[in-house]
Amino acid sequence: MTQSIPALAAPVYSDRVVRNFALASVLWGVVGMLVGVLIAAQLTWPELNFGISWLSYGRLRPLHTNAVIFAFGGCALFASSYYVVQRTCQVSLFAEKLAMFTFWGWQAVIVAAAISLPMGYTQGKEYAELEWPIDILITVVWVAYAIVFFGTIGTRKVRHIYVANWFFGAYILAIALLHIVNSAAIPAGAMKSYSAYAGVQDAMVQWWYGHNAVGFLLTAGFLGMMYYFIPKQAERPVYSYRLSIVHFWALIFTYMWAGPHHLHYTALPDWAQSVGMVFSLVLLAPSWGGMINGVMTLSGAWHKLRDDPILKFLIVALSFYGMATFEGPMMSVKTVNALSHYTDWTVGHVHAGALGWVGLITMGSLYYMVPRMFGQTKMYSVRAIELHFWVSTIGIVLYIAAMWIAGVMQGLMWRAVNPDGTLVYSFVESVKATFPFYVVRLVGGLLYLGGMLIMSWNVVKTALNGRTVSAPIPAVAMA
Amino acid sequence: MESLYLLLPLSVLLVLALIGVFGWAVNAGQFDDLDREGWRVLEENRSETAGTARTPFDPDQA
Repeated sequence: MTQSIPALAAPVYSDRVVRNFALASVLWGVVGMLVGVLIAAQLTWPELNFGISWLSYGRLRPLHTNAVIFAFGGCALFASSYYVVQRTCQVSLFAEKLAMFTFWGWQAVIVAAAISLPMGYTQGKEYAELEWPIDILITVVWVAYAIVFFGTIGTRKVRHIYVANWFFGAYILAIALLHIVNSAAIPAGAMKSYSAYAGVQDAMVQWWYGHNAVGFLLTAGFLGMMYYFIPKQAERPVYSYRLSIVHFWALIFTYMWAGPHHLHYTALPDWAQSVGMVFSLVLLAPSWGGMINGVMTLSGAWHKLRDDPILKFLIVALSFYGMATFEGPMMSVKTVNALSHYTDWTVGHVHAGALGWVGLITMGSLYYMVPRMFGQTKMYSVRAIELHFWVSTIGIVLYIAAMWIAGVMQGLMWRAVNPDGTLVYSFVESVKATFPFYVVRLVGGLLYLGGMLIMSWNVVKTALNGRTVSAPIPAVAMA
Repeated sequence: MESLYLLLPLSVLLVLALIGVFGWAVNAGQFDDLDREGWRVLEENRSETAGTARTPFDPDQA
């Protein structure tokens, strides 16, 4: 009976857009990881491109990265930021229709990427491949996102802005700035453009963008998830709320200049490379502070880790965050980089962060949100969550261990020199030696994709068994 | 390194803006009672169920 007069009912959260983004994230996760498995197989057996140009590695690789970062990760960030900002501010979304526009607009960006990248349209900038018309659409959607998010903060009923919202806010603003500066280009046709920068300037701008996209989208955004969903799932407050504030300010003040470590031993001036290396090393401190803060949230409640597979996802995600943020600064040291650069070690490092940190924290957060989006208290199958956790963790370990060994081996083979100064190995010999590790990596990727398929089955079952109810906004005393 | 003439001032402006936001947050009392703020997200959970039970604005019960 209450459904017939919703206008008079208690105010509710705007959860339709959260639900849509959460489901889209699962769908694009499957697609993006499937493409990842395909290109991992292509590196092992190159014949798997079947001689078809739009199935070639060079075109599918950006499709994979864009799908997992901006479609899977992006949709999860939209879903969780909209979910968290409403709950912590105790209001429904500001401009709900605009929020719905960000959903359809973002899906349009993803579909445009899925069509244009295999066709070979690219700006040639890593993680910023999409051509200028799609870049303009991204800008429009992102401005709408910022209006919805900061509008909601502006209309909040709770005076304090919860730390997760600081992280989400920083990620939204930083991505806007990075996208506009790096994608500046002169159009030369409907799907062709030339970068506004040239040569090494272009490379510097590109990696200023590239590393800060890692820092603000793949780190700050997902730390926003971490600071909300770990306390909620563990039913304990953040270990040190004070440290979480320090973590935030330290991270955003130091991240901006780490980019040049992507350009060690290139035409970039030496001093700029060294600045990049020093800032990367400094980043270890706030990263580990945040990681310890998140893990220690469980102090006094460690037993929950044994029984609760969602907490396993969230906490193991943090340990991979700690691993990747230790490995990253080490790899930015120029002498280490001399060995690691251009090898598969870099690929392993990226995937420790991507599969371990971003993937697991996203899956844990989705497992928290999805049942609540369908009027349930838990997922359809908790045992399937447990299975997903183990399958994906084993997959990650196989993946990164294979890439470490392959990377160090490649680096050593490339630098081996005979007494007469000639190279001991030709490049193709290092490719041949990498073959078994590519097979192991493919197995790891298949396991991770398998976990994602288990998750999508579980999500579909939960959605079909539930009903879409709007959660009322609790009447809490203002503070 | 012409791109640094763009990136360096941009970074400086950004840091100044961040200092401004940080100053606002401190002056607005955002960080005054940090011990309590960590607990609030958990309290919101309790009031969620309480809110559902009460549904103070439900005209059918009014």
